[in-house]
Amino acid sequence: MRVRMWGCRGSIAAPGASTKRYGGNTSCVEIQPASGEVVILDAGTGIRELGARLVDDGIRRIHLLLTHLHVDHLEGLGMFAPIYEHGTELHIWGPASPVASLEERIATYFSPPLFPLTMAEVDARVQYHDASESEWAIDGVRFSSHAILHPGPTVGYRAEENGRVLAYLTDHEPALGADLEHDAPEWISGFGIARGADVLIHDCQYTTAEYASRMGWGHSSTEQVATFAAKAEVGRLLLFHHDPMHIDEQLDAMRDEVRDLWGVEASRCDLATEGAELEI
Amino acid sequence: MAEEPVQRNLILILARQFAAQLATAVYLVDADGTVIYFNEAAEQLLGQRFIEGRGMTAGEWSTAFAPRHDSGEHMPLEQLPIGVAIVEREPAHGAVTIRGADGVDRRIEATSFPLFAHTEDFVGAITFFWEQQA
Repeated sequence: MRVRMWGCRGSIAAPGASTKRYGGNTSCVEIQPASGEVVILDAGTGIRELGARLVDDGIRRIHLLLTHLHVDHLEGLGMFAPIYEHGTELHIWGPASPVASLEERIATYFSPPLFPLTMAEVDARVQYHDASESEWAIDGVRFSSHAILHPGPTVGYRAEENGRVLAYLTDHEPALGADLEHDAPEWISGFGIARGADVLIHDCQYTTAEYASRMGWGHSSTEQVATFAAKAEVGRLLLFHHDPMHIDEQLDAMRDEVRDLWGVEASRCDLATEGAELEI
Repeated sequence: MAEEPVQRNLILILARQFAAQLATAVYLVDADGTVIYFNEAAEQLLGQRFIEGRGMTAGEWSTAFAPRHDSGEHMPLEQLPIGVAIVEREPAHGAVTIRGADGVDRRIEATSFPLFAHTEDFVGAITFFWEQQA
């Protein structure tokens, strides 16, 4: 499968000269299975540009997998051009809450006063699928989801095609109350998604020093990500959900720290970069 | 002992993390009733370390601690608060006398809850218990 990053920033879009190298759009990753369907992970602001391309390409069947409904992962949906195209078939996967369906939860954002339209007014045919704890296939790619540690219902996704695995844990704090180094894997949030993945895209929002005052906010530090990646024995790690206050040079330093802590060669650990593509 | 899953449900992970920090005794079982965790406070009341009790089935732990009514009559699994949580999937509270693995009899009170990840997704049960002071 081919993967393209359309947005890697966390919390809020952060455009500008100081974030230009790694990008300012919020979470959006495109998966292109070998057979040609389109799968999108999250609907942050990065999805706007992707949507324009999908309309140009005449793509009519789209799968959107939402990890959770915090605004930085959903705010691009209203500017996703395919939803205003008749004939578009949009499948939205994501976690329900214990008391509300995925559709009801999305409608909280996608309705006045936060947005001028409702989902009932878009032209696309939209189907909702609960992905709280699921396994399913899209065009030859096997997907699975697990609830993971982050405030509110949140899942991670694992995509497997021809024995190659992409794991996506964009907003994730597995170290909260846990000892990542010594706890058994079965007790570590996200381990089932990440184990042995060829590529792991993982939250790395904070430095170790920053994490001390942000514990419980749902994100990981450099040290925690390095420990988690080593525990899960992943092939390659892409650091994701860059803090909006971190400029490119700070991100470089965080990447170098993770490489050192994990003890791997540079090619196995890098920063997710807007516009970058990789073949898994 | 049953094979351990690659990863537990997040509700069980959070319950274990909570219990591990708590001074109140906590006993955690999976949807089958198999013991997956109890904390240090529970170790003291059960007279057994978790490493020794880990993986016990409901059939084993419901008899190993000789639970009984005040009359001395054996209290079967389905009458234990945690048994109600597993079998009936409802919360329950009650008093029971147990004999710890250290041979000491203790009268405890227990409050148990079934754990649902979603409405129909029963993933286990948790019991909080404490010794009644004479």
